[in-house]
Amino acid sequence: MKVLVPVKRVVDYNVKIRVKPDNSGVDLNNVKMSVNPFCEIAIEEAVSLKEAGTASEVVAVAVGGSSCQEQLRTCLALGADRAVLIETDVEVQPLGVAKVLKALQDKEDAELVIFGKQSIDADNSQTGQMFAALTGMSQGTFASELSIADGKAQVVREVDGGLQTVSISLPAVVTTDLRLNEPRYASLPNIMKAKKKPLDVMTPDELGVDVTPTVEVLSVEPPAEREAGIKVESVEELVDKLKNEAKVIQ
Amino acid sequence: MTSLVVAEHDNAELKPVTLVVVAAAAAIGEGIDVLVAGEGCQAVADAAAGIPGVGKVLLADNAAYANQLAENVAPLVAEVGASYSHILTAHSTVGKNFLPRVAAALDVAQISDIQAVDAPDIFKRPIYAGNAIASVKSADPIKVISVRGTAFDPVAGEGGAASVEAVASVHDAGLSSFVSEELAKSERPELTAARVVISGGRGMQDGENFSLLDGIADKLGAAIGASRAAVDAGFVPNDMQVGQTGKIVAPELYIAVGISGAIQHLAGMKDSKVIVAINKDEDAPIFQVADYGLVADLFQALPELESQL
Repeated sequence: MKVLVPVKRVVDYNVKIRVKPDNSGVDLNNVKMSVNPFCEIAIEEAVSLKEAGTASEVVAVAVGGSSCQEQLRTCLALGADRAVLIETDVEVQPLGVAKVLKALQDKEDAELVIFGKQSIDADNSQTGQMFAALTGMSQGTFASELSIADGKAQVVREVDGGLQTVSISLPAVVTTDLRLNEPRYASLPNIMKAKKKPLDVMTPDELGVDVTPTVEVLSVEPPAEREAGIKVESVEELVDKLKNEAKVIQ
Repeated sequence: MTSLVVAEHDNAELKPVTLVVVAAAAAIGEGIDVLVAGEGCQAVADAAAGIPGVGKVLLADNAAYANQLAENVAPLVAEVGASYSHILTAHSTVGKNFLPRVAAALDVAQISDIQAVDAPDIFKRPIYAGNAIASVKSADPIKVISVRGTAFDPVAGEGGAASVEAVASVHDAGLSSFVSEELAKSERPELTAARVVISGGRGMQDGENFSLLDGIADKLGAAIGASRAAVDAGFVPNDMQVGQTGKIVAPELYIAVGISGAIQHLAGMKDSKVIVAINKDEDAPIFQVADYGLVADLFQALPELESQL
Protein backbone atom coordinates (compact mmCIF):
# COMPACT_ATOMS: atom_id res chain seq x y z
CA MET A 1 0.00 0.00 0.00
CA LYS A 2 1.37 3.36 -1.02
CA VAL A 3 0.84 6.23 1.41
CA LEU A 4 0.96 9.85 0.27
CA VAL A 5 1.59 12.52 2.92
CA PRO A 6 1.13 16.17 1.94
CA VAL A 7 3.06 18.48 4.26
CA LYS A 8 3.16 22.23 4.73
CA ARG A 9 6.04 24.54 5.57
CA VAL A 10 4.92 26.92 8.32
CA VAL A 11 6.34 29.27 10.93
CA ASP A 12 7.66 27.12 13.78
CA TYR A 13 5.08 26.70 16.52
CA ASN A 14 7.39 28.23 19.13
CA VAL A 15 7.74 31.52 17.25
CA LYS A 16 5.66 34.45 18.38
CA ILE A 17 4.65 35.99 15.08
CA ARG A 18 4.57 39.71 14.29
CA VAL A 19 2.21 41.49 11.97
CA LYS A 20 3.99 43.71 9.43
CA PRO A 21 3.69 47.44 10.18
CA ASP A 22 1.93 48.06 6.85
CA ASN A 23 -0.68 45.37 7.70
CA SER A 24 0.06 43.47 4.52
CA GLY A 25 0.69 40.19 6.31
CA VAL A 26 2.77 38.40 8.90
CA ASP A 27 6.52 39.07 8.94
CA LEU A 28 8.27 35.91 7.76
CA ASN A 29 11.77 37.40 7.42
CA ASN A 30 14.39 35.52 9.45
CA VAL A 31 11.71 33.47 11.14
CA LYS A 32 12.29 29.79 11.88
CA MET A 33 10.22 27.59 9.57
CA SER A 34 9.25 23.98 10.25
CA VAL A 35 7.04 21.15 9.11
CA ASN A 36 3.50 21.91 10.30
CA PRO A 37 3.15 19.88 13.54
CA PHE A 38 0.03 18.05 12.36
CA CYS A 39 1.83 17.10 9.12
CA GLU A 40 4.70 15.74 11.22
CA ILE A 41 2.17 13.50 12.96
CA ALA A 42 0.96 12.42 9.49
CA ILE A 43 4.51 11.47 8.44
CA GLU A 44 5.00 9.56 11.68
CA GLU A 45 1.78 7.61 11.12
CA ALA A 46 2.75 6.72 7.56
CA VAL A 47 6.25 5.64 8.58
CA SER A 48 4.82 3.53 11.44
CA LEU A 49 2.47 1.85 8.96
CA LYS A 50 5.49 1.02 6.82
CA GLU A 51 7.43 -0.32 9.79
CA ALA A 52 4.43 -2.48 10.67
CA GLY A 53 4.40 -3.91 7.14
CA THR A 54 1.04 -2.33 6.25
CA ALA A 55 2.47 0.33 3.95
CA SER A 56 5.01 -0.34 1.21
CA GLU A 57 6.05 3.18 0.31
CA VAL A 58 5.72 6.62 1.92
CA VAL A 59 5.77 9.65 -0.38
CA ALA A 60 5.93 13.16 1.11
CA VAL A 61 4.68 16.05 -1.00
CA ALA A 62 4.69 19.81 -0.52
CA VAL A 63 3.17 22.60 -2.57
CA GLY A 64 4.99 25.94 -2.36
CA GLY A 65 8.26 27.74 -2.94
CA SER A 66 11.63 26.06 -3.43
CA SER A 67 12.42 26.54 0.27
CA CYS A 68 9.89 23.76 0.99
CA GLN A 69 12.68 21.34 0.02
CA GLU A 70 14.05 21.87 3.51
CA GLN A 71 10.85 20.50 5.09
CA LEU A 72 10.67 17.65 2.58
CA ARG A 73 14.24 16.65 3.54
CA THR A 74 13.07 16.58 7.15
CA CYS A 75 10.26 14.22 6.13
CA LEU A 76 12.78 12.00 4.31
CA ALA A 77 14.94 11.97 7.43
CA LEU A 78 11.90 10.92 9.44
CA GLY A 79 11.44 7.90 7.18
CA ALA A 80 9.61 8.91 3.99
CA ASP A 81 11.01 7.04 0.95
CA ARG A 82 10.82 9.87 -1.54
CA ALA A 83 9.48 13.36 -1.89
CA VAL A 84 7.77 15.55 -4.46
CA LEU A 85 7.79 19.34 -4.48
CA ILE A 86 5.16 21.03 -6.57
CA GLU A 87 6.87 24.34 -6.91
CA THR A 88 5.05 27.64 -7.20
CA ASP A 89 5.55 31.15 -5.92
CA VAL A 90 1.81 31.74 -5.79
CA GLU A 91 0.48 31.86 -2.23
CA VAL A 92 -1.66 28.84 -2.80
CA GLN A 93 -4.93 28.42 -0.93
CA PRO A 94 -6.51 25.12 0.17
CA LEU A 95 -8.59 24.51 -2.96
CA GLY A 96 -5.57 25.11 -5.21
CA VAL A 97 -3.45 22.76 -3.10
CA ALA A 98 -6.19 20.12 -3.18
CA LYS A 99 -6.41 20.37 -6.99
CA VAL A 100 -2.65 20.04 -7.43
CA LEU A 101 -2.59 17.06 -5.08
CA LYS A 102 -5.44 15.44 -6.98
CA ALA A 103 -3.42 15.74 -10.21
CA LEU A 104 -0.48 14.13 -8.44
CA GLN A 105 -2.68 11.40 -6.97
CA ASP A 106 -3.91 10.59 -10.48
CA LYS A 107 -0.30 9.56 -11.20
CA GLU A 108 0.64 8.13 -7.82
CA ASP A 109 -2.55 6.18 -7.11
CA ALA A 110 -1.91 6.02 -3.35
CA GLU A 111 -4.31 3.96 -1.28
CA LEU A 112 -4.03 6.15 1.77
CA VAL A 113 -3.43 9.90 1.94
CA ILE A 114 -2.65 11.28 5.38
CA PHE A 115 -2.93 15.04 5.97
CA GLY A 116 -2.53 17.16 9.08
CA LYS A 117 -5.95 18.30 10.27
CA GLN A 118 -4.96 21.96 9.94
CA SER A 119 -1.92 24.13 9.44
CA ILE A 120 -0.99 26.30 12.38
CA ASP A 121 -0.58 29.41 10.20
CA ALA A 122 -3.80 29.74 8.21
CA ASP A 123 -5.84 27.53 10.58
CA ASN A 124 -8.22 26.62 7.74
CA SER A 125 -8.73 22.88 8.27
CA GLN A 126 -9.86 22.35 4.67
CA THR A 127 -7.27 20.79 2.38
CA GLY A 128 -7.67 17.10 3.27
CA GLN A 129 -11.45 17.22 3.00
CA MET A 130 -11.32 19.16 -0.29
CA PHE A 131 -8.87 16.63 -1.72
CA ALA A 132 -11.18 13.81 -0.60
CA ALA A 133 -14.12 15.45 -2.38
CA LEU A 134 -12.16 16.04 -5.61
CA THR A 135 -10.90 12.46 -5.72
CA GLY A 136 -14.18 10.95 -4.51
CA MET A 137 -12.43 9.37 -1.53
CA SER A 138 -13.82 8.65 1.91
CA GLN A 139 -12.40 10.57 4.84
CA GLY A 140 -11.57 10.09 8.51
CA THR A 141 -10.82 13.53 9.90
CA PHE A 142 -9.27 14.52 13.26
CA ALA A 143 -7.98 10.98 13.80
CA SER A 144 -6.64 9.85 17.16
CA GLU A 145 -6.45 6.16 16.18
CA LEU A 146 -6.06 4.47 12.81
CA SER A 147 -6.14 0.80 11.90
CA ILE A 148 -6.14 -0.74 8.43
CA ALA A 149 -7.63 -4.13 7.53
CA ASP A 150 -9.52 -5.77 4.67
CA GLY A 151 -9.58 -2.78 2.35
CA LYS A 152 -10.94 -0.53 5.06
CA ALA A 153 -9.61 1.94 7.57
CA GLN A 154 -11.11 2.23 11.00
CA VAL A 155 -10.65 5.71 12.38
CA VAL A 156 -11.31 7.01 15.88
CA ARG A 157 -12.10 10.71 15.49
CA GLU A 158 -11.79 13.46 18.08
CA VAL A 159 -15.15 15.24 17.89
CA ASP A 160 -16.58 18.04 20.03
CA GLY A 161 -18.61 15.67 22.17
CA GLY A 162 -15.94 13.00 22.65
CA LEU A 163 -14.81 10.24 20.31
CA GLN A 164 -16.47 8.81 17.21
CA THR A 165 -15.40 5.71 15.31
CA VAL A 166 -16.02 5.37 11.58
CA SER A 167 -15.15 2.69 9.06
CA ILE A 168 -14.08 4.03 5.66
CA SER A 169 -13.28 2.26 2.38
CA LEU A 170 -9.83 2.56 0.85
CA PRO A 171 -8.57 4.56 -0.90
CA ALA A 172 -9.13 7.02 1.90
CA VAL A 173 -8.05 10.34 3.34
CA VAL A 174 -7.15 10.58 7.01
CA THR A 175 -6.40 13.86 8.79
CA THR A 176 -4.41 13.72 12.00
CA ASP A 177 -5.26 15.08 15.41
CA LEU A 178 -2.72 15.67 18.16
CA ARG A 179 -3.01 12.36 19.91
CA LEU A 180 -2.63 10.00 16.95
CA ASN A 181 1.04 9.45 17.79
CA GLU A 182 4.15 11.16 19.08
CA PRO A 183 6.48 12.00 16.21
CA ARG A 184 10.06 10.76 16.47
CA TYR A 185 13.14 12.91 16.10
CA ALA A 186 15.32 12.48 13.04
CA SER A 187 18.65 10.83 13.89
CA LEU A 188 21.87 12.20 12.44
CA PRO A 189 22.52 9.13 10.25
CA ASN A 190 18.98 9.41 8.90
CA ILE A 191 19.45 13.12 8.18
CA MET A 192 22.55 12.20 6.18
CA LYS A 193 20.73 9.39 4.35
CA ALA A 194 17.83 11.72 3.54
CA LYS A 195 20.14 13.84 1.39
CA LYS A 196 20.42 10.97 -1.05
CA LYS A 197 16.74 10.09 -1.24
CA PRO A 198 14.89 11.19 -4.39
CA LEU A 199 13.13 14.56 -4.39
CA ASP A 200 11.30 15.37 -7.62
CA VAL A 201 10.25 18.88 -8.52
CA MET A 202 7.35 19.72 -10.81
CA THR A 203 5.05 22.69 -11.29
CA PRO A 204 1.27 23.16 -11.16
CA ASP A 205 1.45 24.03 -14.87
CA GLU A 206 3.02 20.69 -15.67
CA LEU A 207 0.16 19.07 -13.79
CA GLY A 208 -2.32 21.21 -15.70
CA VAL A 209 -3.70 22.93 -12.62
CA ASP A 210 -4.54 26.61 -12.15
CA VAL A 211 -3.76 27.57 -8.56
CA THR A 212 -4.80 31.23 -8.73
CA PRO A 213 -6.48 32.07 -5.40
CA THR A 214 -10.02 33.45 -5.32
CA VAL A 215 -9.75 34.87 -1.83
CA GLU A 216 -7.82 38.10 -1.51
CA VAL A 217 -6.25 39.11 1.79
CA LEU A 218 -7.08 42.80 2.20
CA SER A 219 -5.21 43.34 5.44
CA VAL A 220 -3.76 41.55 8.43
CA GLU A 221 -3.92 43.18 11.81
CA PRO A 222 -2.79 42.31 15.28
CA PRO A 223 -5.65 41.27 17.58
CA ALA A 224 -6.99 43.68 20.18
CA GLU A 225 -4.60 43.55 23.10
CA ARG A 226 -5.96 42.71 26.51
CA GLU A 227 -5.01 45.29 29.08
CA ALA A 228 -2.73 43.91 31.72
CA GLY A 229 -4.62 43.04 34.87
CA ILE A 230 -3.57 43.03 38.47
CA LYS A 231 -2.18 40.48 40.88
CA VAL A 232 -4.27 39.77 43.94
CA GLU A 233 -2.70 38.73 47.21
CA SER A 234 -5.22 36.20 48.45
CA VAL A 235 -8.22 34.08 47.54
CA GLU A 236 -10.31 36.42 49.66
CA GLU A 237 -9.24 39.43 47.61
CA LEU A 238 -9.87 37.50 44.39
CA VAL A 239 -13.43 36.62 45.40
CA ASP A 240 -14.03 40.22 46.47
CA LYS A 241 -12.82 41.56 43.10
CA LEU A 242 -14.93 39.08 41.15
CA LYS A 243 -18.02 40.00 43.14
CA ASN A 244 -17.66 43.73 43.50
CA GLU A 245 -15.37 44.96 40.72
CA ALA A 246 -15.85 42.58 37.78
CA LYS A 247 -19.34 41.62 38.99
CA VAL A 248 -19.16 38.24 37.29
CA ILE A 249 -20.15 36.20 40.34
CA GLN A 250 -22.67 36.79 43.07
CA MET B 1 -28.97 37.18 -2.21
CA THR B 2 -30.06 34.43 0.15
CA SER B 3 -28.03 32.44 2.64
CA LEU B 4 -28.34 28.76 3.42
CA VAL B 5 -27.52 27.85 7.01
CA VAL B 6 -26.76 24.19 7.61
CA ALA B 7 -28.12 23.34 11.06
CA GLU B 8 -26.07 21.51 13.66
CA HIS B 9 -28.03 18.95 15.64
CA ASP B 10 -28.06 15.40 17.01
CA ASN B 11 -31.34 14.39 15.31
CA ALA B 12 -33.20 15.25 18.52
CA GLU B 13 -32.24 18.83 19.30
CA LEU B 14 -31.06 21.85 17.38
CA LYS B 15 -27.65 22.86 18.78
CA PRO B 16 -27.50 26.44 20.11
CA VAL B 17 -24.50 27.22 17.86
CA THR B 18 -26.95 27.25 14.94
CA LEU B 19 -28.42 30.46 16.38
CA VAL B 20 -24.93 31.99 16.19
CA VAL B 21 -24.59 30.92 12.55
CA VAL B 22 -28.00 32.46 11.76
CA ALA B 23 -26.76 35.68 13.40
CA ALA B 24 -23.74 35.68 11.07
CA ALA B 25 -26.06 35.07 8.10
CA ALA B 26 -28.23 37.97 9.25
CA ALA B 27 -25.14 40.19 9.30
CA ILE B 28 -24.63 39.33 5.62
CA GLY B 29 -28.19 40.21 4.68
CA GLU B 30 -31.83 39.27 4.73
CA GLY B 31 -33.02 36.01 3.27
CA ILE B 32 -32.02 33.01 5.34
CA ASP B 33 -33.06 29.41 4.78
CA VAL B 34 -32.01 26.54 7.03
CA LEU B 35 -31.13 23.03 5.90
CA VAL B 36 -31.61 20.20 8.38
CA ALA B 37 -30.05 16.93 7.25
CA GLY B 38 -30.42 13.91 9.51
CA GLU B 39 -32.64 10.98 10.31
CA GLY B 40 -35.81 11.25 12.38
CA CYS B 41 -35.08 14.94 12.87
CA GLN B 42 -38.50 16.52 12.37
CA ALA B 43 -38.24 18.08 15.84
CA VAL B 44 -35.02 19.79 14.78
CA ALA B 45 -36.68 21.19 11.66
CA ASP B 46 -39.60 22.44 13.76
CA ALA B 47 -37.18 24.15 16.13
CA ALA B 48 -35.33 25.75 13.20
CA ALA B 49 -38.67 26.96 11.79
CA GLY B 50 -39.17 28.86 15.03
CA ILE B 51 -36.09 31.03 14.56
CA PRO B 52 -37.25 34.56 13.66
CA GLY B 53 -35.86 35.69 10.30
CA VAL B 54 -35.75 32.24 8.76
CA GLY B 55 -37.64 32.07 5.44
CA LYS B 56 -38.00 28.34 5.13
CA VAL B 57 -36.55 25.15 6.53
CA LEU B 58 -35.45 22.39 4.18
CA LEU B 59 -35.61 18.98 5.76
CA ALA B 60 -33.62 16.07 4.32
CA ASP B 61 -34.63 13.15 6.51
CA ASN B 62 -32.90 9.93 5.52
CA ALA B 63 -30.80 7.17 7.09
CA ALA B 64 -27.87 8.28 4.89
CA TYR B 65 -27.63 11.49 6.91
CA ALA B 66 -28.14 9.96 10.37
CA ASN B 67 -24.55 10.39 11.55
CA GLN B 68 -23.59 13.45 9.51
CA LEU B 69 -21.12 11.43 7.43
CA ALA B 70 -19.34 13.99 5.26
CA GLU B 71 -19.37 11.75 2.17
CA ASN B 72 -23.19 11.81 2.20
CA VAL B 73 -24.03 15.22 3.67
CA ALA B 74 -21.63 17.25 1.50
CA PRO B 75 -23.18 16.34 -1.90
CA LEU B 76 -26.61 17.17 -0.47
CA VAL B 77 -25.48 20.58 0.79
CA ALA B 78 -23.69 21.28 -2.51
CA GLU B 79 -26.83 20.38 -4.47
CA VAL B 80 -29.23 22.38 -2.30
CA GLY B 81 -26.74 25.22 -1.77
CA ALA B 82 -25.93 25.74 -5.46
CA SER B 83 -28.76 28.27 -5.79
CA TYR B 84 -27.71 30.35 -2.76
CA SER B 85 -25.22 33.22 -2.47
CA HIS B 86 -23.82 32.04 0.86
CA ILE B 87 -23.63 28.67 2.62
CA LEU B 88 -22.84 28.85 6.32
CA THR B 89 -22.37 26.40 9.15
CA ALA B 90 -20.59 26.22 12.50
CA HIS B 91 -16.80 25.87 12.69
CA SER B 92 -17.32 22.77 14.84
CA THR B 93 -15.96 19.27 14.25
CA VAL B 94 -19.15 18.54 12.29
CA GLY B 95 -18.90 21.66 10.12
CA LYS B 96 -15.16 21.35 9.61
CA ASN B 97 -15.69 17.77 8.47
CA PHE B 98 -18.25 18.25 5.70
CA LEU B 99 -18.03 21.90 4.62
CA PRO B 100 -14.71 21.77 2.70
CA ARG B 101 -16.17 18.93 0.63
CA VAL B 102 -19.08 21.22 -0.24
CA ALA B 103 -16.73 24.01 -1.29
CA ALA B 104 -14.63 21.65 -3.43
CA ALA B 105 -17.75 20.22 -5.05
CA LEU B 106 -18.86 23.75 -5.96
CA ASP B 107 -15.31 24.69 -7.04
CA VAL B 108 -15.13 27.64 -4.65
CA ALA B 109 -12.94 28.52 -1.69
CA GLN B 110 -14.07 28.11 1.88
CA ILE B 111 -13.66 30.88 4.41
CA SER B 112 -13.08 29.23 7.75
CA ASP B 113 -13.89 30.39 11.26
CA ILE B 114 -15.14 33.91 10.49
CA GLN B 115 -15.52 36.24 13.45
CA ALA B 116 -16.98 39.28 11.67
CA VAL B 117 -18.86 40.22 8.51
CA ASP B 118 -17.61 43.52 7.01
CA ALA B 119 -19.54 43.20 3.74
CA PRO B 120 -21.35 40.34 1.99
CA ASP B 121 -18.00 39.37 0.45
CA ILE B 122 -15.57 40.60 3.13
CA PHE B 123 -14.96 38.74 6.36
CA LYS B 124 -12.58 38.80 9.30
CA ARG B 125 -10.99 35.58 10.48
CA PRO B 126 -8.24 34.71 12.94
CA ILE B 127 -4.97 33.24 11.66
CA TYR B 128 -1.88 32.04 13.54
CA ALA B 129 -3.93 30.91 16.53
CA GLY B 130 -5.61 34.30 16.74
CA ASN B 131 -2.31 36.19 16.88
CA ALA B 132 -3.36 38.00 13.72
CA ILE B 133 -6.72 38.85 12.21
CA ALA B 134 -7.07 38.74 8.43
CA SER B 135 -9.68 40.65 6.42
CA VAL B 136 -10.41 38.56 3.37
CA LYS B 137 -12.48 39.22 0.26
CA SER B 138 -13.97 36.37 -1.70
CA ALA B 139 -14.44 36.63 -5.48
CA ASP B 140 -16.35 33.34 -5.66
CA PRO B 141 -19.99 33.27 -6.82
CA ILE B 142 -20.96 31.26 -3.72
CA LYS B 143 -19.37 32.03 -0.39
CA VAL B 144 -18.89 28.90 1.70
CA ILE B 145 -18.30 29.93 5.29
CA SER B 146 -17.75 28.36 8.69
CA VAL B 147 -18.58 30.57 11.66
CA ARG B 148 -16.77 30.86 14.99
CA GLY B 149 -19.24 29.82 17.69
CA THR B 150 -18.33 32.63 20.07
CA ALA B 151 -18.11 35.49 17.58
CA PHE B 152 -21.73 36.54 17.10
CA ASP B 153 -24.53 37.02 19.62
CA PRO B 154 -27.04 34.22 18.99
CA VAL B 155 -30.40 35.23 17.54
CA ALA B 156 -33.58 34.38 19.43
CA GLY B 157 -34.63 30.75 19.13
CA GLU B 158 -38.38 31.31 19.20
CA GLY B 159 -41.04 33.50 17.73
CA GLY B 160 -40.75 32.69 14.04
CA ALA B 161 -43.03 30.50 11.95
CA ALA B 162 -41.19 29.40 8.84
CA SER B 163 -42.49 26.61 6.64
CA VAL B 164 -40.79 23.23 6.55
CA GLU B 165 -40.26 21.65 3.14
CA ALA B 166 -39.01 18.13 2.55
CA VAL B 167 -35.95 17.59 0.36
CA ALA B 168 -36.24 14.23 -1.34
CA SER B 169 -32.74 13.92 -2.71
CA VAL B 170 -30.69 11.14 -1.14
CA HIS B 171 -26.92 10.93 -1.43
CA ASP B 172 -25.49 7.72 -0.07
CA ALA B 173 -21.91 7.47 -1.27
CA GLY B 174 -21.48 4.07 0.37
CA LEU B 175 -17.87 4.96 1.22
CA SER B 176 -18.12 5.24 4.97
CA SER B 177 -20.10 3.94 7.89
CA PHE B 178 -20.61 4.94 11.48
CA VAL B 179 -19.29 2.38 13.96
CA SER B 180 -19.71 3.84 17.43
CA GLU B 181 -19.25 6.87 19.59
CA GLU B 182 -18.26 7.60 23.13
CA LEU B 183 -19.71 10.91 24.09
CA ALA B 184 -18.85 12.55 27.37
CA LYS B 185 -21.84 12.66 29.65
CA SER B 186 -21.95 15.60 31.97
CA GLU B 187 -24.50 17.41 34.03
CA ARG B 188 -22.51 20.56 33.54
CA PRO B 189 -23.14 23.16 30.84
CA GLU B 190 -21.45 22.66 27.49
CA LEU B 191 -17.95 24.12 27.39
CA THR B 192 -18.60 26.40 24.44
CA ALA B 193 -21.87 27.73 25.84
CA ALA B 194 -21.07 28.05 29.55
CA ARG B 195 -21.18 31.42 31.34
CA VAL B 196 -18.24 30.38 33.49
CA VAL B 197 -15.40 28.01 32.56
CA ILE B 198 -12.77 26.67 34.94
CA SER B 199 -9.85 24.88 33.31
CA GLY B 200 -6.98 22.86 34.68
CA GLY B 201 -3.53 22.38 33.21
CA ARG B 202 -0.40 20.38 33.79
CA GLY B 203 -0.18 21.90 37.26
CA MET B 204 -3.12 19.71 38.32
CA GLN B 205 -0.57 16.85 38.33
CA ASP B 206 -3.08 14.06 37.66
CA GLY B 207 -6.64 13.34 36.61
CA GLU B 208 -7.90 12.77 40.14
CA ASN B 209 -6.95 16.26 41.18
CA PHE B 210 -9.40 17.63 38.61
CA SER B 211 -12.04 16.81 41.23
CA LEU B 212 -10.74 19.88 43.07
CA LEU B 213 -12.42 21.90 40.31
CA ASP B 214 -15.78 20.13 40.73
CA GLY B 215 -16.96 21.92 43.86
CA ILE B 216 -16.10 25.33 42.41
CA ALA B 217 -17.77 24.46 39.10
CA ASP B 218 -20.88 23.34 41.01
CA LYS B 219 -21.08 26.63 42.89
CA LEU B 220 -20.53 28.76 39.77
CA GLY B 221 -22.53 26.64 37.33
CA ALA B 222 -19.32 26.34 35.35
CA ALA B 223 -18.09 23.98 32.65
CA ILE B 224 -14.72 22.33 33.20
CA GLY B 225 -12.00 22.57 30.56
CA ALA B 226 -8.35 21.69 30.25
CA SER B 227 -5.15 22.68 28.50
CA ARG B 228 -3.59 20.48 25.84
CA ALA B 229 -0.86 19.50 28.30
CA ALA B 230 -3.48 18.06 30.66
CA VAL B 231 -5.19 16.15 27.83
CA ASP B 232 -1.92 14.85 26.35
CA ALA B 233 -0.86 13.67 29.81
CA GLY B 234 -4.07 11.66 29.97
CA PHE B 235 -5.53 13.54 32.96
CA VAL B 236 -8.82 14.20 31.14
CA PRO B 237 -10.46 13.36 27.78
CA ASN B 238 -9.94 15.31 24.54
CA ASP B 239 -13.39 16.90 24.49
CA MET B 240 -12.29 19.11 27.40
CA GLN B 241 -9.41 20.72 25.51
CA VAL B 242 -9.53 24.49 25.13
CA GLY B 243 -7.17 26.04 22.57
CA GLN B 244 -6.18 26.58 18.96
CA THR B 245 -6.94 23.01 18.00
CA GLY B 246 -9.49 22.28 20.68
CA LYS B 247 -12.54 24.30 21.65
CA ILE B 248 -12.81 28.07 21.45
CA VAL B 249 -14.59 29.57 24.45
CA ALA B 250 -15.50 33.12 25.39
CA PRO B 251 -17.35 32.96 28.71
CA GLU B 252 -18.07 35.81 31.12
CA LEU B 253 -15.51 34.33 33.49
CA TYR B 254 -12.61 32.04 32.67
CA ILE B 255 -10.53 30.61 35.51
CA ALA B 256 -7.21 29.05 34.46
CA VAL B 257 -5.70 26.84 37.13
CA GLY B 258 -2.17 25.48 36.83
CA ILE B 259 -2.04 26.54 33.18
CA SER B 260 1.15 28.27 32.04
CA GLY B 261 -0.54 29.98 29.08
CA ALA B 262 1.03 28.74 25.83
CA ILE B 263 -0.15 30.81 22.84
CA GLN B 264 -2.06 27.78 21.60
CA HIS B 265 -4.11 27.77 24.83
CA LEU B 266 -4.60 31.54 24.84
CA ALA B 267 -6.01 31.22 21.31
CA GLY B 268 -8.93 29.29 22.75
CA MET B 269 -9.88 31.59 25.63
CA LYS B 270 -8.50 35.09 25.33
CA ASP B 271 -11.82 36.54 24.21
CA SER B 272 -13.30 35.69 27.62
CA LYS B 273 -14.72 38.75 29.39
CA VAL B 274 -12.85 38.25 32.66
CA ILE B 275 -9.84 35.99 33.03
CA VAL B 276 -8.52 34.71 36.35
CA ALA B 277 -5.22 32.84 36.56
CA ILE B 278 -4.06 30.79 39.52
CA ASN B 279 -0.50 29.59 39.16
CA LYS B 280 2.44 29.16 41.47
CA ASP B 281 4.89 30.46 38.86
CA GLU B 282 4.65 34.23 38.94
CA ASP B 283 6.34 34.49 35.52
CA ALA B 284 3.80 32.26 33.77
CA PRO B 285 2.62 33.93 30.53
CA ILE B 286 -1.02 33.35 31.53
CA PHE B 287 -0.67 36.33 33.89
CA GLN B 288 -0.14 38.63 30.90
CA VAL B 289 -3.72 38.10 29.78
CA ALA B 290 -5.33 37.63 33.19
CA ASP B 291 -7.45 40.39 34.70
CA TYR B 292 -6.84 38.91 38.13
CA GLY B 293 -3.79 36.83 38.83
CA LEU B 294 -3.18 34.88 42.02
CA VAL B 295 0.31 33.50 42.56
CA ALA B 296 -0.41 30.53 44.80
CA ASP B 297 -0.21 26.78 45.17
CA LEU B 298 -3.42 25.56 43.60
CA PHE B 299 -3.77 22.75 46.12
CA GLN B 300 -4.23 25.39 48.80
CA ALA B 301 -6.03 28.00 46.74
CA LEU B 302 -8.73 25.77 45.24
CA PRO B 303 -10.23 24.47 48.52
CA GLU B 304 -10.09 28.00 49.88
CA LEU B 305 -11.83 29.37 46.80
CA GLU B 306 -14.54 26.73 47.01
CA SER B 307 -15.26 27.54 50.64
CA GLN B 308 -15.47 31.28 49.97
CA LEU B 309 -17.91 31.12 47.08
